[in-house]
Amino acid sequence: MILLLMLFVFVLAIFAGNELISKVPPTLHTPLMSGANAISGITIVGALMCAQFGDEGGVGESIATVLGVCAIVFATINVVGGFMVTDRMLSMFASKKKK
Amino acid sequence: MDTSLPQLLYLLATALFILGIKRLSKVKTARSGNGLAALGMLLAIVVTLAAPGAVEIEGVLRPIKLSWQMILVGLAIGAGIGALMAKRIQMTGMPELVALLNGVGGLASTFVALSEFWGRDFGADVTSQNVILGGSVWAVAIILSVMVGTITFTGSLMAMGKLSGKISGNPVVLPGRHILVAGLLFGGLACGYLAGFDANNNADVLMYGLIGCAALFGIVSVLPIGGADMPVVVSLLNSYSGIAASMAGFVIGNPLLIVAGALVGAAGMILTVIMCKAMNRSLLHVLIGGFGGDTASVGGTDATDYEGIKSAGPEEAAMILESATSVIFIPGYGMAVAQAQHVVKELGVELEKRDVTVRYAIHPVAGRMPGHMNVLLAEADVPYEQLWELERINADFKTTDVTVIIGANDVVNPDAIDNPQSPIAGMPILHSHESGTVLMIKRSLSPGYAGIKNPLFERDNCYMCFGDGKEFLSEILTELKEG
Repeated sequence: MILLLMLFVFVLAIFAGNELISKVPPTLHTPLMSGANAISGITIVGALMCAQFGDEGGVGESIATVLGVCAIVFATINVVGGFMVTDRMLSMFASKKKK
Repeated sequence: MDTSLPQLLYLLATALFILGIKRLSKVKTARSGNGLAALGMLLAIVVTLAAPGAVEIEGVLRPIKLSWQMILVGLAIGAGIGALMAKRIQMTGMPELVALLNGVGGLASTFVALSEFWGRDFGADVTSQNVILGGSVWAVAIILSVMVGTITFTGSLMAMGKLSGKISGNPVVLPGRHILVAGLLFGGLACGYLAGFDANNNADVLMYGLIGCAALFGIVSVLPIGGADMPVVVSLLNSYSGIAASMAGFVIGNPLLIVAGALVGAAGMILTVIMCKAMNRSLLHVLIGGFGGDTASVGGTDATDYEGIKSAGPEEAAMILESATSVIFIPGYGMAVAQAQHVVKELGVELEKRDVTVRYAIHPVAGRMPGHMNVLLAEADVPYEQLWELERINADFKTTDVTVIIGANDVVNPDAIDNPQSPIAGMPILHSHESGTVLMIKRSLSPGYAGIKNPLFERDNCYMCFGDGKEFLSEILTELKEG
């Protein structure tokens, strides 16, 4: 049942996304892409959970942990790099407005 | 802490993402939108760190395994690398960076799913029964997360290699590649299915099989796609990375990941469709590949065989510009390569001082990623109001004195309108040929990515200005200032 609810959420979110961004001016194509890219780094939450929780005493425990830490590093690069570079781009657009 | 509080805060983070992405699609609110999304991300991370044990997975609370120090070290390393890359990158290197970040995000989703898979599978009993017990949707999500994440990773690295010129931008066509690609896809799915649903002891081997197939699939499927089709590829991979994150959300049972990933998936898909429309090609046609490259030449007609070409030096070009009252600049990938955006802007300002109307016409697929030209011109401080989209400016070329084309080719090829047999027939182009005079700044007569002849070069109103974009424009600028 919970899984079914998650499927509902997934499908509705895709529709919501389509509605939200139906029209984008070309100037924003790159920032939208890199901003969305940063949001996809949300997988960092999964990485943090994997790193924190693991089955006790199993062989896979250490593998799970190593993978979890790697996932944290990669996801953080994605998140921090993505948001910062998007902000840098958008600041260039903004600075001209003030003139 | 109340167990529902973290979930409510996740809901808040979800709302911030939705608001953020909505604001990102409007010029005025874009920066604040990015800020909101970043805030949502920070909230999600803090909640996850602050509430260990509160998040139940499949109704089981699992003990903390990893020390805080290690988590923080992981976060610090990632943040350091990410910040460094974001600060250091040149605007011309932006397509590569976006592709790289994208790939890294896909890899993270893969690792999350793998960590879950192995964390459980090897646990109490070494059978994949555990996976089956986890629920079939859960197994499907793990398979898809690993698969899409890995494809995103290797595909993005390939795209990055092509964008930076480390891998040939030409389409590399392997014999029997369609069969190969289909085989890899099928093989990967088969391995995934067996690993997830068939009770046996080889789940780990099968998982390696899945990873291997997905990794090769990513490489082989991007390899045959030409450099100029990269805007489509980059935005499609962006969409994949969202889907991978969403699948990882199913794996760990977290709606925040599902929603955020789905939003990104939708955003990437919208951009992909916009890019395809701008080239008048279907997504399938782009993905099948084999079309165009940096220096491709299509057999039969010699794409460099021109007659009656007129060329102009910087002095002549300056004279033509001096007598103009309206000028349109058309930037292309060549401007990015020559890093000529700042000189273009200087020339624009110089012309404006002489009461010339200066505008910039941007083709949606000019460059190597969606919005590439807009970013470069913004870096050079070209006012946003001077950037005109194809639909808005095309009617104005007739009344424009001079069009200056810098390193663009196929997007101004009149064959798209005049010649129904042309490979690019029907592609929306900028009607530069209708303006009084065309100055085509280009290093040679070599064809663009479509590998076809551009009849514009032979038109009476077109002057070829051979040379490096940056140098040539600087020389024009000097001539103008002196004269």
